[in-house]
Amino acid sequence: MSVDKQTVAKIASLARIKMGDEELERMVPELNGILNWVEQLGEVNVEGVEPMSAVIPNTLRLRDDVVDADPKTGGGKRDEVLANAPAAEHGFFGVPKVIE
Amino acid sequence: MTDLTKLGVKAIRDGVAGGDFTAREVAESFNAAVASAAELNAFIVTTPDHALAAADAVDANRAKGEELGAMGGVPIGMKDLFATHGVQTTAASHILEGFKPQYESTVSQNLWNAGAGMLGKLNLDQFAMGSSNETSYFGNVASPWRKEGANAAMSPGGSSGGSSSAVAARIAPAATGTDTGGSIRQPAAFTGICGIKPTYGRCSRWGVVAFASSLDQAGPMARSVEDCAIMLGSMAGFDPKDATSLKMDVPDWEAALSADLKGKRVGIPREYRMDGTDEAILASWEQGKAWLKDAGAEIVDVSLPHTKYALPAYYIIAPAEASSNLARYDGVRYGLRDLPEGAGLQDMYAATRAEGFGDEVKRRILIGTYVLSAGFYDAYYNQAQKVRALVARDFEQAFATCDLILAPTTPTASFPLGSLSEDPLTMYLNDVFAVPASLAGLPAMSVPAGLNPDGLPLGLQLVGKPFDEQTVLDAGLAIQQRAGFDHAPEKWW
Repeated sequence: MSVDKQTVAKIASLARIKMGDEELERMVPELNGILNWVEQLGEVNVEGVEPMSAVIPNTLRLRDDVVDADPKTGGGKRDEVLANAPAAEHGFFGVPKVIE
Repeated sequence: MTDLTKLGVKAIRDGVAGGDFTAREVAESFNAAVASAAELNAFIVTTPDHALAAADAVDANRAKGEELGAMGGVPIGMKDLFATHGVQTTAASHILEGFKPQYESTVSQNLWNAGAGMLGKLNLDQFAMGSSNETSYFGNVASPWRKEGANAAMSPGGSSGGSSSAVAARIAPAATGTDTGGSIRQPAAFTGICGIKPTYGRCSRWGVVAFASSLDQAGPMARSVEDCAIMLGSMAGFDPKDATSLKMDVPDWEAALSADLKGKRVGIPREYRMDGTDEAILASWEQGKAWLKDAGAEIVDVSLPHTKYALPAYYIIAPAEASSNLARYDGVRYGLRDLPEGAGLQDMYAATRAEGFGDEVKRRILIGTYVLSAGFYDAYYNQAQKVRALVARDFEQAFATCDLILAPTTPTASFPLGSLSEDPLTMYLNDVFAVPASLAGLPAMSVPAGLNPDGLPLGLQLVGKPFDEQTVLDAGLAIQQRAGFDHAPEKWW
């Protein structure tokens, strides 16, 4: 499978990355080079093989359903959470107007 | 007095504990070495005050007769992928420029708790994506090494290239690294130092800027195997804040270190003998076998039949996870925001991400988005995850007949900066020997084996069974003792 400029433009928009014409054109052969190379995985017989999602057998732990169970990751951290926001207003994250 | 910057982790810790010198003297020496090495571009920011404050605390504890930590008085470099409280953390990207975390990563906190101090935040490939340190927004890192009789700037490897450069140049006794597909081992090999990636789950990923979550694992980089054992012991440990953290005790790797390999069987994977591998690399591999045999090990042939498919599987899985992990950089909660005149929310996301990510990061996000998109998920992503299972099974079967695997770390020695940057695929091939162990989550280490005819370092790689860092470190020590690698780059910076 190979991608054309239109497909790359679509992927870029799905990935929320603005790309100009020139950049899209540059990406097409680069992505095709990589995609052609990974095509070789199709040669591998994977019949009956389960896709691997965890490398080390480990059971998923759940945290206690308690607010502030860990004081470092729990609630009551508004100022810290907002400390790096490009635009924080009135204790919230500010974004451009989305409703006219 | 001896030049304190010549000392490693163990020598510094023991010297401070024994009163041969103070932790402050050590911190001052390394702070000065860091300040005089700007040409390497190994650090994005330096934090001399952090190093001094930690040193003073250790000196004060010693004066009170308290026990010092395993890293007591050792100032280290911190890869700029670890969140450090109040200190800029960027993952070498523009999108995180100026970001000052309000929290500390578990691994860095563990190191401070053990008495270490921070010299600064080390440069890396942007978001740990790269094998040469040419993708950082803050400029390339240069290796302290050069080819004999030449002065072209060489790659320190990647992504932990600031770490490898700093340790090899003796401006830091040790540094943290992270390894997703070889990012500790390949730079260690390129710069003649040691580096170990532990079993996936040994080191907490909490507070580590995520690249590919099922692969990312932190580890130490230092000049000796002993130093790696000490530092890994301080970094590792169960962390309830990371759901993939292993609930297991951390063994005392340092205390148990032994270069006696009697009764151990070392597997030589026949598929790692690939066309085009450097003669010097093959020779060092042969030498490595002889050294391990000399240490008492038995050498056996093993087969890892899916080796060839590990790299392409990695370049589907890692970008897929990256595309998802990096979705959080949208210009709303932290980092850069680019808001063009009259733009709406979607335009702001797209403009911010276009401005904030470098080319390699964009390339991988696009690949990841593509392979996860409807219609291609099964053909690419699911297929890659199945191949990953087969790569892991290969190791499992090999470990039925051996305790450890010996292989080269890289197919070539370091290359001049800029020589491969136009060619992503050739660049990816650098990690051909490192990626399989990453896909399988296994502990793996690179130790220096010698120099090639150009005078550049070469590394040997040891891959162990899950949770068996000890055997990896023991074999590393056996190689270290026999290789007697005491070469250092000639100072030009």
